[in-house]
Amino acid sequence: MQNDKSWIPYVLIAPCVIFLALLFLLPLVQTIWLAISEGGMPSLANLQTMAGDLNFRSAIRNTFLLTLAVVPIQIMIALAMGSMVAKVGAGRETILWIWTIPLGISDLAAGLVWLSILQNSGYLNSMLFTLGLMERPANWLSYQTPIALFFAIAVAEIWRGTAIVMVIIVAGLNQVPKEFGEAAEVFGAGRWTRFFRITLPLIKPALQSALILRTVLAFEVFAVVYALGGSNMPVLVGEAYTWQNQNQNYGVAAAYAVLIMIISLAATFVYLKAVRVDPERLP
Amino acid sequence: MSTSSQPSSFGSARSVLLWSGIAVLCAWVLVPIYLVALGAFGGRGGVYQWPKTAFPAGVSFEPFLLFLKTEGVAGAFMNSLGAAAVTVVLSVLIGAPAGYALARYNFKGKDSFRLLVLLTRAFPLAILALPLTVSFIRIGLYDTIIGVGLVHTVLALPFAALVTQGIFMGVPRELEEAAWVFGCSRPQAFFRIVAPLALPGLAATAVFAFVISWNEVFAASVLTVRHRTLTAYLLTVLAESPLHYRFAGGLLLILPSVIFIFAVRRYLFAIWGISSK
Repeated sequence: MQNDKSWIPYVLIAPCVIFLALLFLLPLVQTIWLAISEGGMPSLANLQTMAGDLNFRSAIRNTFLLTLAVVPIQIMIALAMGSMVAKVGAGRETILWIWTIPLGISDLAAGLVWLSILQNSGYLNSMLFTLGLMERPANWLSYQTPIALFFAIAVAEIWRGTAIVMVIIVAGLNQVPKEFGEAAEVFGAGRWTRFFRITLPLIKPALQSALILRTVLAFEVFAVVYALGGSNMPVLVGEAYTWQNQNQNYGVAAAYAVLIMIISLAATFVYLKAVRVDPERLP
Repeated sequence: MSTSSQPSSFGSARSVLLWSGIAVLCAWVLVPIYLVALGAFGGRGGVYQWPKTAFPAGVSFEPFLLFLKTEGVAGAFMNSLGAAAVTVVLSVLIGAPAGYALARYNFKGKDSFRLLVLLTRAFPLAILALPLTVSFIRIGLYDTIIGVGLVHTVLALPFAALVTQGIFMGVPRELEEAAWVFGCSRPQAFFRIVAPLALPGLAATAVFAFVISWNEVFAASVLTVRHRTLTAYLLTVLAESPLHYRFAGGLLLILPSVIFIFAVRRYLFAIWGISSK
């Protein structure tokens, strides 16, 4: 009786499969082919052009440094937010709503928000001036101040991207039974012991998916960099954009895209291996 | 507190620490938004005021309205809405059936299908818009809102499928089976029994699809020339816009998605609990 209905799930998933095949798998193959071909023949010319590009090394370095600086801080702030809000009764909903606001903010908008603070006559300089720490407005976002620009971009990224990590981690914390922590407390475990031995292992799946999501997004960083520093700080996606739109060289743009995909896949693989989730130890 | 051996002053010190931490983190989120709004409402005069104060005079809606009347802004706003509408409709229409299949049926290839959906997460999807430029030019989708919406659907669809799977799993199978017993056909049972129960979750999924599309910059910029979405428009005019226009643009980008996030705040955590499994 069940057998004559066995076609139903296939009909239901068919649109999704076709859609993903046409607009995910096909462009994926096309991107790879564009990157490793020249005039229809296999060639390494695009990859060589990319590797010889003036901005190539600094784009790789900046993108990696940004990811390394931003993702761990986001995870820590999100864990702090999660543990704080767990102790709150009334007002919990409002606090969580405020903390999730940046979830709806694009990287472009985040860049513009921090531009209003960090521009020459902006609020940071005004504050430093009013406090007497500065005599005339300093420039934080020029190519002559690469370190300040890097910090500006990192702050904007942390400001915007922490919300998504927080939502995933709070959702994970919500699934941890209270009894686990209480039992540990009865046996004399302190706050930090409970956090590291009970809570952290139990939210491993949430941590893992937050790490994968945030890292893939961090390697895609682009608009926030452009909004704050123009082209003063090259990043990988920015280079792909320039080669595609300004230089009209789709091959080199695709080479950058392939590089970004390889890095993202490698990071995902590392997280899947490093943050092992043991299904038997989950509640 | 009664079971705790700590003196109560220690407890209240902890609570002061907790609440100041919470207050600092709330300010960290809200103050920058307030400041960009000042930038948007302050106009040219506000931008060059030195030193700035937290509560400046001369703030009005006038500069922001002027920005909205700038050539291209209203059109770009409408294009963004259009692309987001396409994304919402497509990702729910295609994603929800897939989610239902994952929730209700065991079928051969289910694991491979799940893997395909999950695989998309490891990829920077917007970058796949690069080769699509060429194929979209060929089939007439380049520089159209539909084209942008299609690419944004790729971003939203995996999410929609996984979240709707969780939502449908939350609707008891027995209810649906009872409807079959009472003579409903499967589609009838779905639309009369399951759909109403799943509606809030589906609405939240739709809102997320909207936000994903509304905020996307890269693919929209690569795939459009004249019919730019708001993000693509702002990105291209950024270098030559005066600062107060940039801040007004930033605020305009922020407003709709913040309102939408507020609308689904109750479902945020349930949804992410599901989709991060």
